[in-house]
Amino acid sequence: MVLSSVTRASAQSIVQHPATKPVLFVAALLPPTLLVIGLVNHTLGANPAETLIRSLGDWTLRFLCLTLAITPLRQWTGLSALARLRRMLGLFTAFYAAMHFSAYAVFDMGLVWSDIVRDVAKRPFILVGTAAFLLMLLLAATSFNRAIKWLGAARWQRLHRAVYGIALLAILHFFWMRAGKRNFGEVAIYATIVAVLLGWRLYKENWGTRYFMKLGSHSAKG
Amino acid sequence: MLLKDRGFVHPIASEITPQAVFNARRRWLATAAAMAVLGPRAAWPQANAAAKSAALPGARSAVPGALTMDKPTPLADASSYNNFYEFGTDKSDPAREAHTLKARPWTVSIEGEVKKPGTFGIDELLKLAPMEERIYRLRCVEGWSMVIPWVGYSLSELIRKVEPTGNAKYVQFVTLADRAQMPGLKSSVLEWPYLEGLRIDEAMHPLTLLTFGMYGQVLPNQNGAPLRLVVPWKYGFKSGKSLVKIRLVEQQPATSWSLAAPQEYGFYSNVNPKVDHPRWSQATERRIGEGDLFAKKRPTLMFNGYETQVGSLYAGMDLKKWF
Repeated sequence: MVLSSVTRASAQSIVQHPATKPVLFVAALLPPTLLVIGLVNHTLGANPAETLIRSLGDWTLRFLCLTLAITPLRQWTGLSALARLRRMLGLFTAFYAAMHFSAYAVFDMGLVWSDIVRDVAKRPFILVGTAAFLLMLLLAATSFNRAIKWLGAARWQRLHRAVYGIALLAILHFFWMRAGKRNFGEVAIYATIVAVLLGWRLYKENWGTRYFMKLGSHSAKG
Repeated sequence: MLLKDRGFVHPIASEITPQAVFNARRRWLATAAAMAVLGPRAAWPQANAAAKSAALPGARSAVPGALTMDKPTPLADASSYNNFYEFGTDKSDPAREAHTLKARPWTVSIEGEVKKPGTFGIDELLKLAPMEERIYRLRCVEGWSMVIPWVGYSLSELIRKVEPTGNAKYVQFVTLADRAQMPGLKSSVLEWPYLEGLRIDEAMHPLTLLTFGMYGQVLPNQNGAPLRLVVPWKYGFKSGKSLVKIRLVEQQPATSWSLAAPQEYGFYSNVNPKVDHPRWSQATERRIGEGDLFAKKRPTLMFNGYETQVGSLYAGMDLKKWF
């Protein structure tokens, strides 16, 4: 739609190139690599534990947005090959969430589980984040082909729609975390991205097809 | 005299932080990597945190409790990890933004229930009493702590000069709020100017420090130049930065955080491991610059470890009620 057929064909061949996935895989590992380098070189600031925890949270949100962007991008551009990147991005989102949670559990809580349970119960924003993380683990655990076969495509898809709930929980988690200082600038950016990506799906589901069908019938007449 | 030296050798200011080493090292080390992963805003203060300031030495304080044995936090950390919302709410903001603060010329007016109200210039204040070095623990309400060698003198020296009347029951501290110098004032996070307050006996306690410097130098802007309060047994936010007005009053004065969230921040806000913040535990703290990532958090001490000195101020008070 957005791209000319020539551009689309060449973009499609880039996405389908055998090197694309490995390159994306390595790129997705860059942030934690840089964090480790920063840790070793003492460039993570006065409170490296806090920097690590927050930065891993930021990257979880970014990968979540990237994952959710695949389907709308595919529909806007007609680049069907993008779909083959979605599972990897989704798994990286879960990977970052796991590192984010582990960093909190280890550096903030000293891995004392009774303290973690008490803290999760005491702080609503941590409760919401933990809920999103556990849901994400469920989706990651059912992401492979055998799981799709085992669950049946329809049920699998229904289960994986939970990612929309995860996105809302993640935004709420970030919002609540920033509420103490009423520092909502970045929250608004992520919320807007998620709203557009989820809003597009809603729109498409309810009005999109009819609208496009109308458009199609007009042009057919013309 | 009493606790001047309990057989321990205290570090003097010049020995605490190898500052040149920090400056050079921090500037050169992998700032680019930090930028890529954290974004330029977060990474930048790392590069220019510990800027050079003019020397401001202080004699070792003889006030009981004024020289903690805890290892001081590196200056680079103490001057790059700050809560000073007038320059932004992120703790990396003040180090980057506070260069716009004009710490000179500067005046502080003292008014209210005093016989000799007046306005003092910064040079006059610097000469009002001998400078002392005091190594205090600093506990932030957020759950982290530092150890900072401050330079200044007891606030009581100044208050005595203006001769409080019998009606002076409390002291209110008003800090600078100038949009031209402070970009953070655009935020509605708090009402400006930032207000703090103490009971008169707290304000007159010898540990309550009118502070002009740290680490043997004049205060960096991001730490509250040119003068601030330091009340070591209370959470950090009780210690107002960049003071412009001190009012002695009869009624308990308004304070910014208890205006913003009265159920979370009380007037007293004494460090107390047994009284949690409604949203988090206050039982432990992360000491900045101490140990590695896996270092255990420290248990928070009653009155931040100054119970011997200040406990009697609160005798008979229910500290859960007067949080």
